[in-house]
Amino acid sequence: MEMLFNPVRLLLATAKDVVPVLALLVFFQIVVLRQPIPRPRRIVFGFFIVLVGMACFLGGLDLALFPVGRSMARMLTENTGGGGTVSWTAYGWVYLFAFLVGFSTTIAEPSLIAVANKAQEASKRTVSAIGLRVAVALGVAVGISLGTFRIVTGTPLYLYILVGYSVVAIQTVVAPKVIVPLAYDSGGVTTSTVTVPLVTALGLGIASNVPDRSPVLDGFGLIAFASLFPIISVLSYAQVAQWIIRRKG
Amino acid sequence: MPMSMLRQAVAALGTALLGSCRDLAPIVVVIAVFQGMILRQPLPEFFSIAMGLGLVVLGLALFVVGLDIGLFPLGEALAEEFARKGSLTWLLVFSFLLGSGTTVAEPALIAITREGALAVSEAGLIPRTQASIAGYALSVRLTVAVSVGVAIVIGVLRILRGWPLPYFILGGYGLVMLMTLFAPKEIIGLAYDLGGVTTSTVTVPLVTALGVGLARTIRGRDPLTDGFGLIALASLTPMIFVMVYGLVMH
Repeated sequence: MEMLFNPVRLLLATAKDVVPVLALLVFFQIVVLRQPIPRPRRIVFGFFIVLVGMACFLGGLDLALFPVGRSMARMLTENTGGGGTVSWTAYGWVYLFAFLVGFSTTIAEPSLIAVANKAQEASKRTVSAIGLRVAVALGVAVGISLGTFRIVTGTPLYLYILVGYSVVAIQTVVAPKVIVPLAYDSGGVTTSTVTVPLVTALGLGIASNVPDRSPVLDGFGLIAFASLFPIISVLSYAQVAQWIIRRKG
Repeated sequence: MPMSMLRQAVAALGTALLGSCRDLAPIVVVIAVFQGMILRQPLPEFFSIAMGLGLVVLGLALFVVGLDIGLFPLGEALAEEFARKGSLTWLLVFSFLLGSGTTVAEPALIAITREGALAVSEAGLIPRTQASIAGYALSVRLTVAVSVGVAIVIGVLRILRGWPLPYFILGGYGLVMLMTLFAPKEIIGLAYDLGGVTTSTVTVPLVTALGVGLARTIRGRDPLTDGFGLIALASLTPMIFVMVYGLVMH
């Protein structure tokens, strides 16, 4: 096993990832547009900060987020108390943990708060900002929780996705038009750079600790669920809000 | 000039540090509650985890500040410039390279492809050596990068020609389902997850700048919905391309 946190190697590896973006921008500016680079010192400075930041982040992943995700998965699945084949009902803590991680990371997400406030204005207050945030957070929570249930039971991922997108397709036709683009967007804003590694490690950890499951076959899919279910929950929320207004009016 | 630049950077760093702490805080609270009340056992290697969390927070903050200082102003200016007057060929070349270049540098993508490659090697599909795992992770990452580049090119053409987005989304999901039938089942889960992670910290601001710039120069287009269309396509193509990659490799 090599040393976990090796700053020099990490910096070099990171440079390989970020240099192409910089090279691309400089190439287009100088060769294609034939213009000088504005404020070159500022760009070099910013680029250096990006490198250091990425190296720290990747180092931290290996030290904290990956191991935490894995140990939480191991401890939570150990709590079932038994070897051999265990019924899916024995993994209640796993579902609860997944639900809480999904809900808590989403409800306070800054980009979601901004989008929700905009939507409240755009819809002339038929949808409320806080209602929308709760809808998205519930969507992510249910998504990740159902994802861990899927890992425990080993049922095929594509069935869930197929049913999920069919529901989205039907809702797109039925739901109020204002909300549709926003609902599609909310699937993308929910999974932050911190949540993704932790949730991925959690899924792989659960799959390797539950009997008869393999990480590579069953361990993925939590992120996919976390992007799919907010679309459904936001569209549902808009439908319910519209229904209530119609009944009152 | 360098002093004011530095002061500006430090102020921005403060804000960014707060932001990444806020990202992390809910996770730490939930884990602490579970540790204290339900599992009643401490996490192993508490010290190295605390240090790692500190590194994650600091790293993300530096990353975001650095992008804001150095890469985003240049990238956004270029994207607007090409959207406004560049020839179609150069616009498409730029769109492809912008989409794939920014995706390669996406931290969440780097993280998930590494985990994916590790899982694939543990399943015995590729040799369990450091080099082959790293190679597999890199090739999946490049596949995703190419797929995002293609998505941006399609998205830009769509904006220029005014083709309706729903056809592309529905057609895309049709293709995803079709590929799912043929792809090796070891790659399906990873491929589905990759759709969600490709568009974040680096890609979204630059790609949105391109979409908004384009929509602004063409009359009768809404910057919001067209910028959005690019991102929606960019989360679709990675699933298709990675499953094709799996089909070819395994």
